[in-house]
Amino acid sequence: MKRYFSDLFVGGKSLVDGLVVTLKALCQPMVTVQYPREEIDITPNFRGHIDLVLDPEKNTFRCIACGMCERSCPSECIQIKGKKVEGKKKKTLSLFTLDFTKCSLCGTCVEICPTQALEFSNEYNLAAFSREAFHYDILKRLEERII
Amino acid sequence: MRESQFQEPNRFFLNMGPQHPSTHGVLLVVLEMDGEYVLDPQPVLGFIHRMHEKMGESRPCQGFMPNTARMDYVCALPYNHGYVSLIERKAGIEVPKRAEYIRVITSELNRVASHLLWLGAYLLDLGAFTPILYGFDDREHILDILEDVTGSRLTYCYYRFGGVYRDIDDKFVEATRAFIKRLRKRYDIYEKLVTKNIIFIKRAENIGIISPDMAIRYGITGPNLRGSGIAYDIRKNEPYSVYPEFDFEVPVGERGDCLDRYMVRVREMEQSLRIVEQALDTLPDGPVRSKVPKKIKLAPGDCNFAVEAARGELSYYLVGDGTSVPYRLKIRVPSYSNLSCLPELGEGILLPDLVSIMGSLDLVIPEIDR
Repeated sequence: MKRYFSDLFVGGKSLVDGLVVTLKALCQPMVTVQYPREEIDITPNFRGHIDLVLDPEKNTFRCIACGMCERSCPSECIQIKGKKVEGKKKKTLSLFTLDFTKCSLCGTCVEICPTQALEFSNEYNLAAFSREAFHYDILKRLEERII
Repeated sequence: MRESQFQEPNRFFLNMGPQHPSTHGVLLVVLEMDGEYVLDPQPVLGFIHRMHEKMGESRPCQGFMPNTARMDYVCALPYNHGYVSLIERKAGIEVPKRAEYIRVITSELNRVASHLLWLGAYLLDLGAFTPILYGFDDREHILDILEDVTGSRLTYCYYRFGGVYRDIDDKFVEATRAFIKRLRKRYDIYEKLVTKNIIFIKRAENIGIISPDMAIRYGITGPNLRGSGIAYDIRKNEPYSVYPEFDFEVPVGERGDCLDRYMVRVREMEQSLRIVEQALDTLPDGPVRSKVPKKIKLAPGDCNFAVEAARGELSYYLVGDGTSVPYRLKIRVPSYSNLSCLPELGEGILLPDLVSIMGSLDLVIPEIDR
């Protein structure tokens, strides 16, 4: 009988202790943000999908269309084409697409690039209604930034 | 169809999952029931099988790195760690000391994050909604710290053969120290909110007792095994990386019930923090990546490497044939063995107790099916 009441007391007290914890939390500043209306700053080190680096000196890409990234990609999501331009000895990049639906963000392409022509973007708000929306034309994205 | 169900009017089959919230993924458990008592729970696997092992055998070993994190997304870094160490052992690649320290620090932080998530999810299974919010609040700090250095929040691909992807900076060290301080202050909250809560104790104490003998029979590892009183931890028993340099304990339980497994994980968090603290104090300078040939040749013969993931022993077994593509890659995941004891453990118990047991086993389904 005595045990029953002591259990009842100890158990009841444990529940009240728990409620005190939540009550204290109620008075503390909020840790969440109202997402679509507010956004948290993301670290510059975040690895989003890849982008071509804009060389500030040449005001264009550094890519030499060697195709190292295309070959090293474990998911085969990069496609590169280069073409001969008159007056230049080497090939110039003419197509750079990324199928982001397949990419697993391992970063192999960025690391293997001999001219450091690739970087990670900081985009994380990614939602769309079609698969094709994630077939990025990376070269076009860079050209938009040049202007 | 078994005959038994027609003999007794109360007997029926119940499908728990594959969309049940407390199976934490697409696991189906077919329950033979007698009223509210479970007679025979049989797990059905394979809903999320993605042939990770086959993928490992069909591409050069570098290409498999992102896959490792997708097996156990809750505690991805030890999976990275196991795979890079396996290839390093196979190909004889030296790893700089600083890189090994960074690996240990980030792996242990990931372990704490995993246990915090488990704590919240387990309590959610038992019907307590509040603790997961506190758990996520703390876990968020770890994710932010790891995001800053690894570049991703959940499915990390941070380690590389011969080192790590990016060096840690003062900001990382500072944030980690601040987090350790913060989590130690929060233990009190968890104790009051969960550990001493009478409802939680009644749902976990003396439920799902795994005897040491049974744990060994099923190959159970990790906190589930330690909860049964066997102090087996790969970090101590088969030390890898720089773990022998750190002083930490292996917490064990006594009875092997759900409460013991809970206590082991809570105490393990503190041990992980101790390892991180020591590693930060003695962090050596130097490079974080050694020179590795572009094409790693895997010599003929086999090789094995085991690490302690948050759920138990994770072991990679590789057979090479002289090319850079593994001939065979076998991954031994802890949750698969941990789940295998469920039919014996869940015989003749109440259905709510089965939910409690499955929660306490800390199952990650993509890891079981992989």
